[in-house]
Amino acid sequence: MAGGLTYTALDSTELSTAEIYGQTLVELGKEHPEIVGLTADLAGSTKIGVFGKAYPDRFFNVGIAEQNMFGVAAGMAKAGLVPFLSTFSVFASLRSADQLHTDICYQNVNAKIIATHSGTSFGQAGSTHHAICDLAVVRSMPNVTLICPADGVETAEAVVAAYENKGPYYIRINRGFDRVLYGKDYPREYKFEVGKAVEVNPGTDITVIACGSCVFQAYQAAKFLENADGLKVRVLDMHTIKPIDKEAILKAVQDTRRIITVEDHNIIGGLGSAVAEVMAEAGKGCAFTRLGIQDTFAPIGLHEDIMSNLGIDCNGIINAIREAMNKDFEEDDNWDDEV
Amino acid sequence: MPLSKSEWLALEKKAHELRNLCLDTTYWAGSAHIGGGMSVMDMMTVLYHKYLNIKVDDPNWEDRDRFILSKGHAGVAYAAVLVDKGFNDPEQLKTFNLSNSKMGIHLDSNKVVGVDASTGSLGHGLSIALGTGLAAKVLGKDYKTYCILGDGECDEGSNWEAAMSIAHFKATNVISFVDRNKCMIDGRTEDVMNLEPFVDKWKAFGFIVKEVDGHNLSELCDAIEFALAQTEAPVMIVANTIKGAGIDFMADDYHWHYGAIDEGKYQQAKASLEKYYKERVARAEKEGV
Repeated sequence: MAGGLTYTALDSTELSTAEIYGQTLVELGKEHPEIVGLTADLAGSTKIGVFGKAYPDRFFNVGIAEQNMFGVAAGMAKAGLVPFLSTFSVFASLRSADQLHTDICYQNVNAKIIATHSGTSFGQAGSTHHAICDLAVVRSMPNVTLICPADGVETAEAVVAAYENKGPYYIRINRGFDRVLYGKDYPREYKFEVGKAVEVNPGTDITVIACGSCVFQAYQAAKFLENADGLKVRVLDMHTIKPIDKEAILKAVQDTRRIITVEDHNIIGGLGSAVAEVMAEAGKGCAFTRLGIQDTFAPIGLHEDIMSNLGIDCNGIINAIREAMNKDFEEDDNWDDEV
Repeated sequence: MPLSKSEWLALEKKAHELRNLCLDTTYWAGSAHIGGGMSVMDMMTVLYHKYLNIKVDDPNWEDRDRFILSKGHAGVAYAAVLVDKGFNDPEQLKTFNLSNSKMGIHLDSNKVVGVDASTGSLGHGLSIALGTGLAAKVLGKDYKTYCILGDGECDEGSNWEAAMSIAHFKATNVISFVDRNKCMIDGRTEDVMNLEPFVDKWKAFGFIVKEVDGHNLSELCDAIEFALAQTEAPVMIVANTIKGAGIDFMADDYHWHYGAIDEGKYQQAKASLEKYYKERVARAEKEGV
């Protein structure tokens, strides 16, 4: 990671994902005076406030005015600064969608949106504060790189990558603590690269492609099923939703013939849709299930309860895998006679 | 410095040339936003030929003054100004609005040299201008940012978010104008959505407001000089203008927000602009010092 930044399992257990983001930005800000921070009255909630405390002359709280914040950031980027903007994902993607589209993406400016409280992670706040459309909305905007990190460790990597690469970035992270995936218990070597899925678990029977906090759940499901059912479940952490890792998707289709996507987002327009587009265009049909919010508004509750309700937690993924394994697929390469 | 008579006359000549070029471009394109293009042209003439510190041979010079045309639909006027200034090939005006042209109705900053922001969706420019203004402070630069809004555009709430924050951050390096031509696509501004008391609104948001005749170059220059001297509060120059100024059959008629020009109308407009120019020169001769 650039700048000597390292986050350990201890850090990511003791800090929320957003706190890790805030600290990462403070570290980046030390060596890069062109970084500025902006928020719309959510300095504390999004944790960008620590950047403001460290560099008050480079921090701008525009009040509850997201449209203005995105326009201001575009102007700053045009003048050579690297603005990091933070508000809740639902507002970043919808309230200021026109500014994100026109000022940031159309002009292709070097602005970085770190959108917190994504998916249903601010569960108790209800649907006004759930971000169930942001992947769909932002993914359809040209020029933007769209990342949904699995945990705090990956968030730090993504934030550094956003600084190191030119152009608009939209990174959606959760409110509160994420289960640590890439901590000390992670048995494999972890390497983050924008646009390259991480193979969290190897497998040949079925592939679960997940993003955000669903990656940890998928990994737990894979480990359970290896013991319980003797299944080898490949788990891909598809942290970069755009540009999506087509190669990893098509390899998974070829190798395992069964694909399940899991996301804390509407199944329309997000990760599942992106994976489906890749498979369909390649002419590779296979057993395919999209787990996520089934085109409804999510219930109110704790994040883990909502994930359970939606079937995007470990148990839900296990059930979906077992169902997919019951579908009749042949082992040969003849794609014309499948169900 | 107040505008001298000789400088006033020189600017009148340039404004006349630019009005003609805007008309020509509209004719070549078949149609354009000529009404608002004509109402904003005097402001743009004064900025591009007296105040903006820019380099034609180095359009991305980092210390340049910025100009944000928030009423981006006046691209036909903006294109004329930028081509005349030397930023872009004059031939581009002949393909304005045509398929595969670099110049569409709303100018793209990644395609048209000299454009500081891609505008067109209304209510965006003032925020972008604040961004370049705040960036100047962070970077320790003393360039200025000039921004022109349309009056109909001020229906958009995002302008008022920007206004609040320009005053809050005391971004006096952002100098703003409203092209108050009192017309919008669907009718007169006060009929579609009442803006008055318009000056009071800007004052209430923390601006010092200078209300001027937006077709009097001397008044415009005085207002800009005033704005440049402010350090405590930003200035909004409310420029009272006439939509389609200089073209008799268009003047003050909201139907000319966007319009088509045939050969007959083109010749009529040309003659009208000549007459308008003579009146303007006479005023400068009389009032200039």
